[in-house]
Amino acid sequence: MDLTLKIWRQKDAKSEGKMETYPIKNISEHSSFLEMLDVLNENLVNEGKEPVAFDHDCREGICGMCSLYINGEAHGPDRGVTTCQLHMRMFKDGDTIYIEPFRSKAFPVIKDLVVDRGSFDRIQHAGGFISVNTSGNTQDANALPIPKPDADKAMDAATCIGCGACVATCKNSSAMLFVAAKVSQYSYLPQGQVERKERVLNMVEQMDKEGFGNCTNTGACEVECPKGISLEFIARMNREYFGASIVSEK
Amino acid sequence: MSKGFSTSSVGRKILMALSGFFLLFFLLQHFVINFLSVLSADAFNETSHFMGTNPLIQYILQPVLLFGVLFHLGMGIYLDLQNKKARPVKYAMNKPGENANWMSRNMIITGIMIMLFLGLHFYDFWIPEIKDKFIDGIWDNPTKYYEHLVHKFADPVRVGIYVLAFVFLALHLLHGFQSAFQSVGFNHRKYTPIIKKLGTLYAIIIPLGFIFIAIFHFINHSH
Repeated sequence: MDLTLKIWRQKDAKSEGKMETYPIKNISEHSSFLEMLDVLNENLVNEGKEPVAFDHDCREGICGMCSLYINGEAHGPDRGVTTCQLHMRMFKDGDTIYIEPFRSKAFPVIKDLVVDRGSFDRIQHAGGFISVNTSGNTQDANALPIPKPDADKAMDAATCIGCGACVATCKNSSAMLFVAAKVSQYSYLPQGQVERKERVLNMVEQMDKEGFGNCTNTGACEVECPKGISLEFIARMNREYFGASIVSEK
Repeated sequence: MSKGFSTSSVGRKILMALSGFFLLFFLLQHFVINFLSVLSADAFNETSHFMGTNPLIQYILQPVLLFGVLFHLGMGIYLDLQNKKARPVKYAMNKPGENANWMSRNMIITGIMIMLFLGLHFYDFWIPEIKDKFIDGIWDNPTKYYEHLVHKFADPVRVGIYVLAFVFLALHLLHGFQSAFQSVGFNHRKYTPIIKKLGTLYAIIIPLGFIFIAIFHFINHSH
């Protein structure tokens, strides 16, 4: 496949960036999107030019590191995949492909296509944990009976890999799907009950501080989420937040 | 109640939904009363006179309604401005239609169109009513309502604007009805599909009914 790539280039966080055009030839339709970018970078290095910086790590769809807004969609035109799982067969020979970083005030660009998703980490630090003693006296997990449907729901929420596609695709750049998943994964389980009320209040507060937008229930996040996190969890977070707000003494 | 509720994104979303529910309920009763004008001039006059003179409605519900409308508008605009700020650099290529429908993405446009229409609507009906009662002091004129209504709807331009406004209202409600349930945390595998269907029905039937009333009076009274 021969393609024309239009890629966002930005020297560093402070510089202004712009779209630049790169033609690329002989790309296998069986290669992944990131492998295609590897080929481009090899070519650039051979030509003595600066390669394109992009995020990647596991390349098997579980780490949440690869991002990219490809042809107007987070993680490209395929559904339920991260960018490393996107294959070039989704495109046609001769296509022009726009490749941009995830855009949000809370995800500042570090270089080219790499963004700082530290805002997600700070939301996690605000409440995405349980306080248990791990000094070796940990209770056997099976000693706490958990209904199967609850365990399943908690697992569904916990499959969120924190990639940020929800933020990137949301017209408001809202992080509600991510925060909802992280609030919900604990709220279904007995271990999560101790900090349940404080957790949702603190995580939402941190989310707002980071400068994410407000949710207007367009549902775009659910469609673009590589792990299929449901809007159900946002509704659950809204309930949790409302309930916790009413009884809060803060 | 936590201090941050009314300033947090989730809290404001819940408040938008609650004011939305209130406006949905108001719209329904407004429609039922207006529809009486198609059935019987007397019934419409009698109900309007009751609504226009009952102290509970005049001094409690009317200010609450006014506050509800202004709150929903003001908060909607404020949140939209905040949302726009959350993405300072736009995408060079974006396909928002691939994952969300037009109605859900353009609530601010349909909302503002409805508010612009409300300006005309207040000028037509609400301001004359307030002037009659609170400035001129005329409270007892039980037959004026029907006359006033058909007089306004004799004008084809006005009827055209009303029809257009209700199209925007329908678009707003097609997303807003079900969205309000989601915002207050109501999302259920069994009931949410029913709520979505109910919302679609409401969003089509009520605006279509208002359009019917306007056209009905135009046809019957424009000569």
